[in-house]
Amino acid sequence: MNYGIVSQEQLEAIEEILTQKLIKLGVDCAIIIDMAGNIITVKDNSKSKYDIYSFAALAAGNFATVDAMAKLVGETEFSLLFHKGQDSNIHFSKIDDELLLITMFGRDISLGFLRLNVVEAIDQIKKVWDRQE
Amino acid sequence: MSFINLKDKVVQVKIVYYGPGRCGKTTNLEYINRKFREQIQSEMVSLKTHGDRTLFFDFLPFHMGQIKGYDIKIQLYTVPGQVKYNATRKLVLKGVDGIVFVADAMEKQREKNIRSLNQLHENLQAYKESIFKIPLVMQYNKVDLKDHGIPVLPISVLQQDLNSRLQVPYFEASAITGYNVAATLKKIISSTVVSIQKKLL
Ligand SMILES: Nc1nc2c(ncn2[C@@H]2O[C@H](COP(=O)(O)OP(=O)(O)OP(=O)(O)O)[C@@H](O)[C@H]2O)c(=O)[nH]1
Ligand SMILES: [Mg+2]
Repeated sequence: MNYGIVSQEQLEAIEEILTQKLIKLGVDCAIIIDMAGNIITVKDNSKSKYDIYSFAALAAGNFATVDAMAKLVGETEFSLLFHKGQDSNIHFSKIDDELLLITMFGRDISLGFLRLNVVEAIDQIKKVWDRQE
Repeated sequence: MSFINLKDKVVQVKIVYYGPGRCGKTTNLEYINRKFREQIQSEMVSLKTHGDRTLFFDFLPFHMGQIKGYDIKIQLYTVPGQVKYNATRKLVLKGVDGIVFVADAMEKQREKNIRSLNQLHENLQAYKESIFKIPLVMQYNKVDLKDHGIPVLPISVLQQDLNSRLQVPYFEASAITGYNVAATLKKIISSTVVSIQKKLL
């Protein structure tokens, strides 16, 4: 296993996918983290400004908690994790057992539309990521 | 497992303070947070109960400067020490690179330290990590209580109980006064970074 190291080429490919599939759609921010709370990459519309490292630690904890709850009640996972706010929303998707894609978006994007694009982005990211194994 | 970003030349290192309930893990991080302001760019995150017990974790990012051109970002975490929180304790250990085991030197906590260390051993095994291989530092905390007439275990006893097989670096400390808090931190960072350096070409 080699997920701890990612090459410049891979990162650039992944960032390009995030830009094309999500940022262009109008999401405020797309972050890939691992389950330990490390940040793999961040793409944003450069308007948002907050502490991304704390965010990643909390997001990984949040996802891990929900995942553990799913197992307790006999589900393999709760596939959709979504937090809705007044002006912004957060959407979590598992890329694989080690990686999470988190998107933050405002009121002008529908959840359904976002999910379509997230699924496509994840498919493409997986291909880039698997190249290293 | 640390995460190494070859593009931006950033290494993220996860260090976890582990130990029984009320042994002083959060107090360690609070001291670091006050004392090293220039190396900390953000607020400490604490997920805790109303009674100030850690519920999930504390999180404090610590900036260490550069090694071989790589920016080293140290992520400090504490686990919740209360017995009932082992499920969340385990989650915090995910991907850990280095551990500070904080033992409570108070005499009456002797058993709890041993039980907590044993559970750490089990929890690491669940992630296919070994307590004998992972960078680890022992901290015997609350030694200041001696001066207040509260019975404290001699270091030789703590060593015998907790460190006779592990044989890792250890410090007596007082998280509340700050005694050896920085020394503990420095030691675990250097042990962890040495083991990660091998991965940096
Ligand atoms: N005298 C003394 N008290 C300490 C020391 N370190 C921590 N304490 C006190 O011990 C109590 C518990 O400290 P915490 O840092 O919250 O303990 P913790 O390990 O984070 O506890 P949990 O979150 O429940 O696992 C607090 O009242 C601290 O002030 C120390 O070095 N000396
Ligand atoms: Mg605590």
